[in-house]
Amino acid sequence: MSGISTGGASRDGYGKGLLRLAEDSRVVVLEADLGKSTKSHHFREKFPDRTVSLGIAEQNMMIVAAGMASSGKIPYASTFAIFTERAFEQIRNGIARAGLNVHICGSHGGIHTGSDGSSAQSIEDLGIYRTIPNMTVIHPCDDLSAEELTVLTKDLNTPSYMRTVRNKVPRIYTPDDAKKLKIGKGSLIREGSDTAIIACGIMVGIAHEASKILQADGIFASVVDMHTIKPLDNELLRELAEICGCFVTAEDHSIIGGLGSAVSEWASEEFPLPIEKIGVKDRFGESGESNELLEQMDMMEDNIVQAVKKVLRRKKMQS
Amino acid sequence: MSYQIEPLAIMAKECRKDIIEMIYSAKSGHPGGSLSAIDVLVGLYQTALNYRLEDMNWRDRDRFIMSKGHASPAIYSILHQLDIISKEDILSFRRLGSVCQGHVDMKWTDGVDFSAGSLGMGLSFGLGCALAAKMDKSKRKIWVMIGDGETQEGQIWEAAMAASYHSTENLNIIVDRNRIQNDDFVGNQMEIGNIGKKFESFGWNIREIDGHNMEEIVDALDWAKNDNSGPSAIIAQTIKGKGVSFMENNPSFHGKSPTDEEFKLAMEELG
Repeated sequence: MSGISTGGASRDGYGKGLLRLAEDSRVVVLEADLGKSTKSHHFREKFPDRTVSLGIAEQNMMIVAAGMASSGKIPYASTFAIFTERAFEQIRNGIARAGLNVHICGSHGGIHTGSDGSSAQSIEDLGIYRTIPNMTVIHPCDDLSAEELTVLTKDLNTPSYMRTVRNKVPRIYTPDDAKKLKIGKGSLIREGSDTAIIACGIMVGIAHEASKILQADGIFASVVDMHTIKPLDNELLRELAEICGCFVTAEDHSIIGGLGSAVSEWASEEFPLPIEKIGVKDRFGESGESNELLEQMDMMEDNIVQAVKKVLRRKKMQS
Repeated sequence: MSYQIEPLAIMAKECRKDIIEMIYSAKSGHPGGSLSAIDVLVGLYQTALNYRLEDMNWRDRDRFIMSKGHASPAIYSILHQLDIISKEDILSFRRLGSVCQGHVDMKWTDGVDFSAGSLGMGLSFGLGCALAAKMDKSKRKIWVMIGDGETQEGQIWEAAMAASYHSTENLNIIVDRNRIQNDDFVGNQMEIGNIGKKFESFGWNIREIDGHNMEEIVDALDWAKNDNSGPSAIIAQTIKGKGVSFMENNPSFHGKSPTDEEFKLAMEELG
């Protein structure tokens, strides 16, 4: 992977992805007042006849999308991640259960959302959507990967949920590297054989930084962008488990139900190994700057470094 | 367009017998709301809904969204009378692997356009179908049936407001106003008042009818089909359990199978 540069937020990637999808006339966009925030407004401005504005009514929006999908459209419905949760039962019963391929984007996910405070900081979305049969769950780490993954959702034969984030983070991918991404296939950002840090979203960049600090200490960690939480890339997990023998997971999400849980579920049945989880530890956030909140929640580079050292001690004790 | 009323009444009677038979066979199900809705549904399928019996998945068919999905026996009885599903199918109602699921489900049954079971969602789904039809410049109409208790769900009014804003004149709703919900009479649970006036204030064209008078039903469906000035709502005043004396206006038959004795009595009454 080439150098990190400052890019856009993953929500910007979603907006650009929608514009690229517009060439398929079946693609329609649904909004619940927050198009400027989720970035679907770029599509609305260019294709007003294929954009449906439904006001501040997320439950209605999700099922309107389902009705459109049943009529041959490929709907993209977005709002804040937290407000998609308001329509969980609509998504479960009206979209996924009915087998309708609606693509949902929840922006402003995680505590990284910052100063809006805890009401806007979805920390459970990945977990709840992961429980729905046939649902694909995606959480990209930067704008370029978000754009490519958004474009790829169109050909999925399932409904999908993609979480994007509000704030800019350093880019992980170059445009060419981002084009190589595949839904359901984790992306190895850095190779190391001591442990593997399995991360998603904004934590991929933080994990990458942590791996550099670790290297200075003579510890070599693989770093994975596990952008697809479901279906999980079990093949890659097995390869890394065999090489590294221990994992650290890192997500801007509750440690209950998200990526850490998904990896632990896999490990407990397929390849038991020590795992340390970095994430929101069963609590709500509050208003503050993104980095202040990450620090408060023990989700910074140093926390990952400490988690790696701990998991290496556990690995050693087992051997 | 004029229709012979007599054959519609005969079909409704046959449907009522199917409804009782399949619920008795399953030992569970919802007779009350199936019997209240069946006259309007027969009218809809036989005079208003545009579909092709030989191809129930015809792309440009009208869509019918049964939002009060617990009244599934009413839909299955019609699909059976139309020879789309068999007698064996309807008698397997609610059993493992049956095409006749407890609540109507588009993944399981040919001729079903919506996966129901959770109240309040059907009007939104119909609105989605209506918007797609308009984008496609298709003449297909979208018909939705909800229960009166169902209007307690806020999502109904989210959809009602949006339909009016988006001028979906191709969207029609029928409210089965049978005045009973799961626990008791609507008036004892949370009375919802004048539903027609509520829809009217949301920008809908409305018409109130006796939902068991086939002439009024056919006439109102024809009105809704041809009125292109906005979304239309038909408030059908009905009697829960209509056609079986001891089920009529009886809250306990919202979701209960008849006993052996009640089954015999009901089938006798229905001739």
